[in-house]
Amino acid sequence: MRRFRALIKKEMIHMLRDPRTLIFIFMMPIMQLLLLGYANNTEIKNVPTVVFNQDNSKASRALLDSFQATDYFSFDYAVYSQAEVYRLIDAGRAKVGIIIPPDYNQNVATRKTADVLVLLDGADPTIASAVMSAAALAGQAHGASVRSQQLALQGPTGSAASPVDVRTNVLYNPDLLGSYNLVPGLIAMILFQTATSLTALAIVKERERGTIEQLIVTPIRSWELIVAKIIPYILVSFANTVLIMAVGTFLFGVPLRGSLVLLFGLVGLYLLPTLGLGLLISTAAKTQQQAQLMTMPIMLPSMMLSGVFFPISSLPLFLQFVSNLLPLTYFIYILRSILVKGVGIELIIPQIVALTVFAIVLLGLAAMRFQKTLD
Amino acid sequence: MSNEILLETENLIKTFGTFRAVDGLNLQVHAGEMVGLVGPDGAGKTTAIRLMCGALSPTSGVVRVAGYEVPAQVEKAREQVGYLAQRFGLYGDLSVQENIEFFGEVFDVPVSEVKQRAAELLNFAGLGDFTDRPASALSGGMQKKLGLASALVHRPKVLLLDEPTGGVDPVARQEFWHLLIALLRGGSAVLVSTPYMDEAMRFNRVIFMNHGRVLTQGEPRQLMSRLEGRILELDAGDQMAARQIAEDDPEVEDVHTFGNHLHLRVSSAKGPMERIPMKLKSANIPMEHMLQIPATLEDVFIHLIETEGEEYEQPTPSA
Repeated sequence: MRRFRALIKKEMIHMLRDPRTLIFIFMMPIMQLLLLGYANNTEIKNVPTVVFNQDNSKASRALLDSFQATDYFSFDYAVYSQAEVYRLIDAGRAKVGIIIPPDYNQNVATRKTADVLVLLDGADPTIASAVMSAAALAGQAHGASVRSQQLALQGPTGSAASPVDVRTNVLYNPDLLGSYNLVPGLIAMILFQTATSLTALAIVKERERGTIEQLIVTPIRSWELIVAKIIPYILVSFANTVLIMAVGTFLFGVPLRGSLVLLFGLVGLYLLPTLGLGLLISTAAKTQQQAQLMTMPIMLPSMMLSGVFFPISSLPLFLQFVSNLLPLTYFIYILRSILVKGVGIELIIPQIVALTVFAIVLLGLAAMRFQKTLD
Repeated sequence: MSNEILLETENLIKTFGTFRAVDGLNLQVHAGEMVGLVGPDGAGKTTAIRLMCGALSPTSGVVRVAGYEVPAQVEKAREQVGYLAQRFGLYGDLSVQENIEFFGEVFDVPVSEVKQRAAELLNFAGLGDFTDRPASALSGGMQKKLGLASALVHRPKVLLLDEPTGGVDPVARQEFWHLLIALLRGGSAVLVSTPYMDEAMRFNRVIFMNHGRVLTQGEPRQLMSRLEGRILELDAGDQMAARQIAEDDPEVEDVHTFGNHLHLRVSSAKGPMERIPMKLKSANIPMEHMLQIPATLEDVFIHLIETEGEEYEQPTPSA
């Protein structure tokens, strides 16, 4: 126990006497969170729009009002020819063009289908797809209200076109996507990055500086060395978790609906396979540079396939399979469940089991591979 | 010197891929004995010492440290060993005091003793005024002394020093040896590898090693006496020409230049002592002097390396 205490004291000194790394440890997650949190904001507003209203009736202006009410569109240009619409979109000054035909009012009045053309600048698919659905929804909603007014005023005469389908409106709420989904993912990812690479570096650093040789010949047991190396990073990771969650809550409005005790318990569970992975890397890498490069083939799929940025359900089947092999996938699910949905432990048991299996396998492999010798 | 063997290797072999760095090493070091492990670069000295302290595991063979077998009882053995690696292996970001206390604690030196023992060793090593200084801010010589103090903090029975004075200036080297000898009044067994032949004179016994094996061993004087009368010093005006003449002599085995002198190793002194002055004279090369000088360990060492395989018989490994 005394040996162990001495080791931990040494590790803490290493960490505290290296303020540059320490600042980095705490600054990097916050920077990532801020950058990705704001940059990845999928909320789209005030897209510059050019309007060519050939009808210019009360009915067509009402349609445009309903478009404007969505906040997606900013009617910056009103033009009088189709060519001008294209010119503005080509020049990038407008991203959307709305062209209302001359017979719009007449079609609405005679209960025919009134066509409106919405042109989208496909160069920015994110904006285009968001605006496309917004335009479609606004059009449907407006159409429905026009119909119902007509029904109320004139009674059921003539053809009764089918009511507008509004299902997509309920399911698809772009506001939810932004922070609620992203911040838990980022917390998980950042914990993964710091814990894995810092642990890998901690042991490789001893090897690179030649201090491992002097350490090996002491009666310190392998497990003492491993655990002593890990403990400071567990502390740091918990501190980081608190920090990221605070930023996530105060800046991005991520709710804390579930049990904090459960949350931190599972952060602890998640750290085990993550640190195990770091240790495993450190048994293979001879230099810090190698260690850093070796984390990349794990870091990259973890970021791309664990559901931080892209929904797992939209991945190709093979990549969905890969996603199941990443501890991060399970932890992100757990975090989102606890933070956003406020679920209890009973709904995330499969994920907890998966993380436990990862912990046993990775730490076991690391302990097996970690020999207290120089060969 | 007591007869207790504290350090022993038996048919120790270590291969890296196809390369045999240590190839059937057999050696013993007794309590109270300071033995020098001498050999050219690549002879396997560092690998041998790393095997003895358990930093490497042997391909085959056994090391016995104070009665414990390596690798079987490596953790027990490690408690008995003090090891100073060739490369500075202490923590640069820890202070002098923190370094030595750390090693005291991991070697389980009693709590009541650690501070006192550390203070004693540091004062003795002349580091008493630098206890708060980060180890990285010490000079090379001071780092070596701190390494030695840290290796001795748990009073090891076996001390293994791998080129402890490498890269250190002559004054600091002197200080290091004085310190080592003063600290070793106890009955530890000490094995020191060194590339410096002048240092080899300090040992009770010298083990010459090459190609992973023991070439020969003995007390320094005894080893030097093997070449008694076979080293000649020649000082002549035209050194290049004189060297050529010396090399052509049938009884001259080897010629080395030492400043203004040539050192000739001869199979017997008589012939060359007569022939070479005559040849120099007929070639009109002025000769200052030619005389027999005592052999140095370096002469013995070079002789051994060059004649390896002729005089040296490989031991048949015991089953």
